[in-house]
Amino acid sequence: MAGKLDLDPRVVARARKLAARAGQPVVDLARSHTTVSVERAVLRLAGVRGADADGIPWVNRLVDAVREDVGLGHGVAVPVFHALASTGVEDVTVLAQKAAAGAVRFAVPDKKGEITAARRAASRAARAGLKQVDRRRAERDRLIKRYGDPKQRPWIYLIVATGDIYEDIPQAQAAARAGADVIAVIRSTGQSLLDYVPEGATREGFAGTYATQENFRLMRAALDETSKELGRYIRLTNYASGLCMPEIAALAGLERLDMMLNDSMYGILFRDINPIRTFVDQRFSRQVHARAGIIINTGEDNYLTTADAVEAAHTVTVSQLLNEFFAHEAGLENWQLGLGHAFEINPDLPDSFRLELAHALLARELFPDAPLKWMPPTKHMTGDVFRGNLLDGFFNLAGALTGQGILLVGMMTEAVVTPWLSDRDIALQNVRYVLNGAGNLHEDFTPGPFIRGRAEQVLTEAIDLLERIVDDTLLDAIADGTFGIMKRPADRGKGLDGVAKQDEDYYNPVTEGLE
Amino acid sequence: MSIVRPYGDATGDGMVQLSFTLPIPHDKRAEGAAVQLAGKMGMDPAMLVHAKQMGDGFTFFVVYGKVNHLVDTDKVQVVERDFPLLSAKEVNAVIKRRLRRRLNVVGACIGTDAHTVGIDAILNLKGIAGEKGLEYYSELSVTNMGAQVSVPDLVETAREKKADAVLVSQVVTQRDAHLLNTRAMSAAFREALPAGKRPLLIVGGPRFDELMAGDLGVDRIFSRGTTPREVASYLVHALVGSSS
Repeated sequence: MAGKLDLDPRVVARARKLAARAGQPVVDLARSHTTVSVERAVLRLAGVRGADADGIPWVNRLVDAVREDVGLGHGVAVPVFHALASTGVEDVTVLAQKAAAGAVRFAVPDKKGEITAARRAASRAARAGLKQVDRRRAERDRLIKRYGDPKQRPWIYLIVATGDIYEDIPQAQAAARAGADVIAVIRSTGQSLLDYVPEGATREGFAGTYATQENFRLMRAALDETSKELGRYIRLTNYASGLCMPEIAALAGLERLDMMLNDSMYGILFRDINPIRTFVDQRFSRQVHARAGIIINTGEDNYLTTADAVEAAHTVTVSQLLNEFFAHEAGLENWQLGLGHAFEINPDLPDSFRLELAHALLARELFPDAPLKWMPPTKHMTGDVFRGNLLDGFFNLAGALTGQGILLVGMMTEAVVTPWLSDRDIALQNVRYVLNGAGNLHEDFTPGPFIRGRAEQVLTEAIDLLERIVDDTLLDAIADGTFGIMKRPADRGKGLDGVAKQDEDYYNPVTEGLE
Repeated sequence: MSIVRPYGDATGDGMVQLSFTLPIPHDKRAEGAAVQLAGKMGMDPAMLVHAKQMGDGFTFFVVYGKVNHLVDTDKVQVVERDFPLLSAKEVNAVIKRRLRRRLNVVGACIGTDAHTVGIDAILNLKGIAGEKGLEYYSELSVTNMGAQVSVPDLVETAREKKADAVLVSQVVTQRDAHLLNTRAMSAAFREALPAGKRPLLIVGGPRFDELMAGDLGVDRIFSRGTTPREVASYLVHALVGSSS
């Protein structure tokens, strides 16, 4: 449906060019640094499994031990695989256990031959992990072929969040039976700031369920059963964000998750994670997602929960353009870009719905091949559930009218309770009514001067802001509070101590396989 | 008049609406069960106006009916605003005149709570619903520590910034996390600082009961719908004295 806004292709090209110029220095930064979580993800793909008696994963223990002896700047692969060869230990998890007990000394070998041997061994192990990711991707393709994609666009995206994976599973299956195409398991509050990934099946969480490899496996297996039952492939979503973003991306690839929330700046702005840590982790995790055939969902909707949705509309566009640049640079294709945006304009504002349509259509036409992620109202949900249900109906209508790809189902009880069974049922009924009654209304919908003018204005403001970011650098723009009003300087924030500059001899067998 | 009944479309009709789910499939017995529940809740007569099965074993009901209960507005207990509501200009003027320095405010979401929307609405320059946040007040010096701040960090920062008031926001209520966190916070301040040196402790969040301040060991609780201006006015009232 491209072309309704008559966007000037030269202006659009200019916006993209500016985003690339603003983003490139950050890519260079990401390419020249590593983080503890990137290195742990490498070890996970190379086969390190499990956790110690306190629940601290062996990858953490191993990376900490290597770092203690030789620092992070060489990458952990060579010291680890050199130690494997020189100690005669065969299994890399066993090596991690010995290292944690203080029984292994790590070093970067002097002899060229030893370095080559260590690199070769590391590369072989990492390739085995990536091969598993490839197998999972092929498996997904096969299942989609067998069971089919959802019949309609947008895909219907529903959240479960009980804290207990064994409670989540029947809820997710029930949601799929009731019409959900995508199930997201919300993470426990606070996981984003844990510097390790918890292990095993978990039954306790705050306002969500921990993302663990075992929880991923259990839920995917359950939804495979439901896909078969329904004759429709049900996608599973989780969050590659926070301090362990690269590792969670790797686990998602290994366990065939289908979508991951993965924003280039969300952790910086909303979790106060150090900007450099985030950009380094981001690039690696996106490379993994690209390889795994995972659709990423970006988080622009969040800006509008803190900033005003009209005044700050162009910051969403800017962030989408940056997210697109970073994603392409990391190897993601357009069909994998669930760029985010949201229905958050104050409903008391005159013409609020027309403004929403303008913004949604702008995103649609700027990114015609991306399955845009359309997020429901949250900020202006007041606890008046009747009004909330009406707002959600208009949100659904805007989604249908502007061809959004993934529709997160709005709950009338937003801001009141975590959704009840009946809330979900009413919300899905709302979606079904709108898609059934007006799903093809976009064929008859041609925007007039108001919507076209507003879209043009937002794009112009986005270009102005991008120009300033190019002049000022993206890191400074973030430090100055350009996005979502949060000020986040590059030398502050959580996780900075886990960042290291790459040495000349830095080696990462996973990145080597992904570039 | 202190005795009232719910109002449907005529004074005294006592009409209310109710919706709920029972974990049983939809049939005549289920409808009867729904009416029975409504009856036990004091609705008589209860009219079942909608019933819909959800999934295998659940049914959603909407019931309208008349309740027999009377409410006495004289016997209602609430925390009424016991301080004058000031404008930003007045707040600044009073602090300037009486305190002769800026009033220090430290805010945070404590525990695992990552929902900064409440504290940001009160503190951020942007504010909420057209009303600017405390950062806008020239005589308030605001430190917003953001999400998932540990209690020791909060106490330390409050001490370092010589906080006159500490604002804590709590949204997550699973397993009473908001109450546990608030008690832990107030206890830590009591332990760390003598009575005269302790900052004013204020918590806010949509699920707090404003009557629980004493129980939780804090000076004031703000519930849903609180605006930055109310908080600023309270700070002035409690710390600087009235504007008159």
